[in-house]
Amino acid sequence: MAEQTAEHALEHYAPEHSAPAEQHAAGAGHAHMQGYGTYFMVWLGLVAFTAVTVTIAGLNLGSVTLITALVIASVKSFLVITYFMHVKNDSAILKVFIGICLLVFVIIMVLTFSDLSFR
Amino acid sequence: MNQENELAVEHHEVGHVHRDDEGSKLGMWLFLFTEILLFGGLFVLYSGYRFAYPEGFVAAAAEMNTFIGAINTLILLTSSLSVALAIAALQRSQKKLCTSLLWFTILCGFAFLINKYFEWSHEIGNGIYPKGPALDNMSSGEIIYFGLYFTMTGLHGLHVIVGMTFIGIILSFIYRDKITSTNYQKLENAGLYWHLVDLIWIFLFPLFYLIH
Repeated sequence: MAEQTAEHALEHYAPEHSAPAEQHAAGAGHAHMQGYGTYFMVWLGLVAFTAVTVTIAGLNLGSVTLITALVIASVKSFLVITYFMHVKNDSAILKVFIGICLLVFVIIMVLTFSDLSFR
Repeated sequence: MNQENELAVEHHEVGHVHRDDEGSKLGMWLFLFTEILLFGGLFVLYSGYRFAYPEGFVAAAAEMNTFIGAINTLILLTSSLSVALAIAALQRSQKKLCTSLLWFTILCGFAFLINKYFEWSHEIGNGIYPKGPALDNMSSGEIIYFGLYFTMTGLHGLHVIVGMTFIGIILSFIYRDKITSTNYQKLENAGLYWHLVDLIWIFLFPLFYLIH
């Protein structure tokens, strides 16, 4: 229902402003406005990836299931972080911080598994 | 000249109301990093035990209802969309649309928790809980799986409740025009928190429901 309202608003929005939302974002004073359409596309992508991951898990591919599930989850996270969390338009320092945080997590994972594997 | 000076002073005063949106956002992200590492620690624990007890994890996950898990995934993804749209709506001064979308997000949070309630009730009804009768017939791997399952989805559920409260407070700010189309960093921060809750579920879902 809320999606319908949003789409309705989008139609309303267009005639009022001649420029599309994305172009409007470039205007001074309006910090990084993303269009409604972008969000809907990202959402569609996320739903599609969820369908793919459930389908692949149902095929009983053994060890491939875990890898594909994690790859798909990572792609979904990338979409959420980049578009929903607006990191695409954020400052370089924030991107560096996020990178460092993920790197710390990867280091912890690698160290843990190098320990587990060689016991 | 005098008038110009007055204008300048006035402008100066307006400009001096201290507000650091960038700093606010950075602070929120720093908090989110601690959340990522909190759940990250649990994911490391999960990985270690799954590595040690692969069969136990597969056997235990067979009891999971993948359908409810998938529905909950869709609910959270949709709620993330509605928060993102709410911010876009407020940026365009569409206050009514923004508040409707935020209410919709809270509703999604409730729907998610109701599904979780049914899931947990089902498991607890089957005797799966700390020191529950079902654990006697389980291998160590299965018991560890359910321990991690209750801990991680429980902690995630708490985050859903906190996120709903956060968005509720933000809603009250928007109704009182404390958050507006030119001053919406608080809404952005609530959105960031909600997306993080979604992000964590994106990993919890395949790791607990899609093991074969």
